[in-house]
Amino acid sequence: MKVIIIDDEPLARSIVKEYLQPYNDIEIVAECNDGFEGMKAIQQYEPELIFLDVQMPKINGFEMLELIENPPSVIFTTAFDEFAIKAFELNATDYLLKPFSKERFDKAVQKYVNKPIHSSSQPVIDMAAQSPGQQNRIVVKDGSKIKIIPVNQIHYLEAADDYVKIITHEDSFLKKRTMNFFEQSLSAHQFVRIHRSYIVNTQFISRIDIYEKDSHIAILSTGARLPISKSGYFKLKEILGI
Amino acid sequence: MQNSITSQKKLIFAGIICWIIISIVYSIILTGILKNFKLTTAEIVVDAIINNIFLTGSCLLVLNNMRYYLPRKEKYWYVLTISLGLSGICVLITKGLLWTIFKNDSNYTQALSQSTGVRFWILFLLIGCMSMMCLLWYTQEEQQITNERKTDLEKLSREAELFKLRQQLQPHFLFNSLNSISALTGAQPEKARHMIQQLSDFLRGTLKKDDQQWNTLQEEIEYLRLYLDIEKVRFGHRLQTKIIYTDEVLLLKLPSLLLQPVVENAIKFGLYDTTGEVLIKLEAAKENNYLKITVNNPYDPETSQPLKGTGFGLASVQRRLYLLFARQDLLQTQKDETNFITTILIPQII
Repeated sequence: MKVIIIDDEPLARSIVKEYLQPYNDIEIVAECNDGFEGMKAIQQYEPELIFLDVQMPKINGFEMLELIENPPSVIFTTAFDEFAIKAFELNATDYLLKPFSKERFDKAVQKYVNKPIHSSSQPVIDMAAQSPGQQNRIVVKDGSKIKIIPVNQIHYLEAADDYVKIITHEDSFLKKRTMNFFEQSLSAHQFVRIHRSYIVNTQFISRIDIYEKDSHIAILSTGARLPISKSGYFKLKEILGI
Repeated sequence: MQNSITSQKKLIFAGIICWIIISIVYSIILTGILKNFKLTTAEIVVDAIINNIFLTGSCLLVLNNMRYYLPRKEKYWYVLTISLGLSGICVLITKGLLWTIFKNDSNYTQALSQSTGVRFWILFLLIGCMSMMCLLWYTQEEQQITNERKTDLEKLSREAELFKLRQQLQPHFLFNSLNSISALTGAQPEKARHMIQQLSDFLRGTLKKDDQQWNTLQEEIEYLRLYLDIEKVRFGHRLQTKIIYTDEVLLLKLPSLLLQPVVENAIKFGLYDTTGEVLIKLEAAKENNYLKITVNNPYDPETSQPLKGTGFGLASVQRRLYLLFARQDLLQTQKDETNFITTILIPQII
């Protein structure tokens, strides 16, 4: 069985390696320093199981998982206990709090072995983006590149079939998510769902005009014009205090 | 805000009461004196009104003046001079005014010239009294503000201490260090023991250090080294540090633990948020009457945006510097594409 260890601290990786030594059927195919490397290695080796730290440079463990199509089973290893709930919502196999004992580690591996179906974590992955410190940025895949978008740079989001189009000042990106997901995970003070198909960053609204009887239109500082539904207008009025 | 409004109201109220009392006292004294010269009631009333107007004017002048300028040294000379000067001027002007009004009344003009000296001394006493009261009032108010600042400082250092404990004893730093020790125990027990030692010394320092205390730069640097050495064990060769100073600055003093959050901030952005090798540089120098500390760390412009706010670390340092020295300009930050530089000036009070 192939496993990958992803952690930015060499000693933290070495203890996982040490604990894995007695397992003859487990082969460590890669060790990675950060989420970028981890993602590449997972695509290359297609491991069955990964040991994943949460807090890492570039992109954190949750963000990395989000970018992988069919993520392998995950055992999180981290010093932060506040991510545990999120991890289990992600269908993580286990969650090891550093420092962990050999017994605890063995239990986690056992849990993986005994798991009836090694289902992918996809169904509830929407929760991942709500990990702390992440509401202020969104990670997207742009071709083979990974792009980190600070939410302050987002002008608005537009529904596009199964995807959501994220429009920033220089570019637009597609992310396979629902509008509801973004409505819930972005700061409600800054981002308002003004329409079934639009969420706008209120910082970029320069004007609100009456469009037709009973309906309004938001004009952004970039000149973009977005329709506002009736309920959207009420929400907007409340947030902007008009 | 609420406070300053109520204190202003109180001040006005007290002022009006004082004014009424002083006016009544002054009028009674004047009446007593002028009765001796057998003047008419009308004359006494006019005389008293004019004198009271000038007395009030002088008092308002003193009051206003002290609001903007509060003498610190030689307060009493200041009060004496201002009272003498103002009473002199008042006596001269009121005398001139009354003289022109009653110039045909020889009985009155005679009384006026004979009472000039007495009038002067009475005015002097009253204005002097008033000035002393003002002085006490404003001094006390200033004292109160200083006290508030002091209480704030104490409260903040307590909070900082608590924050430190939460920050360093509880979450990631401690547990990750313990995890590293756990990893070392198997293969390199000697190193593990050494790291336990370092971690203990560091934690003891955090617990023991008094925020009010000033330490030499040498002590503070030793403490920072402990912290950096632990991080070096955790991150291996990735972390390089350079601490630059001359022997002369080692004995300069600074508030204890002031640099800790700055270095932590540098580690957070420079080490936790980047990949590859990292150099964190701390430089200490003496500049005029300041100890100047510069901390230089790389950062990843792609993923982190330091100094959106200064982050709690730097904000608390800035606040502490303000509470200690009442200055906002002692902490400066700047960044270029890859480096983030924090500069702190610590006034050397001798």
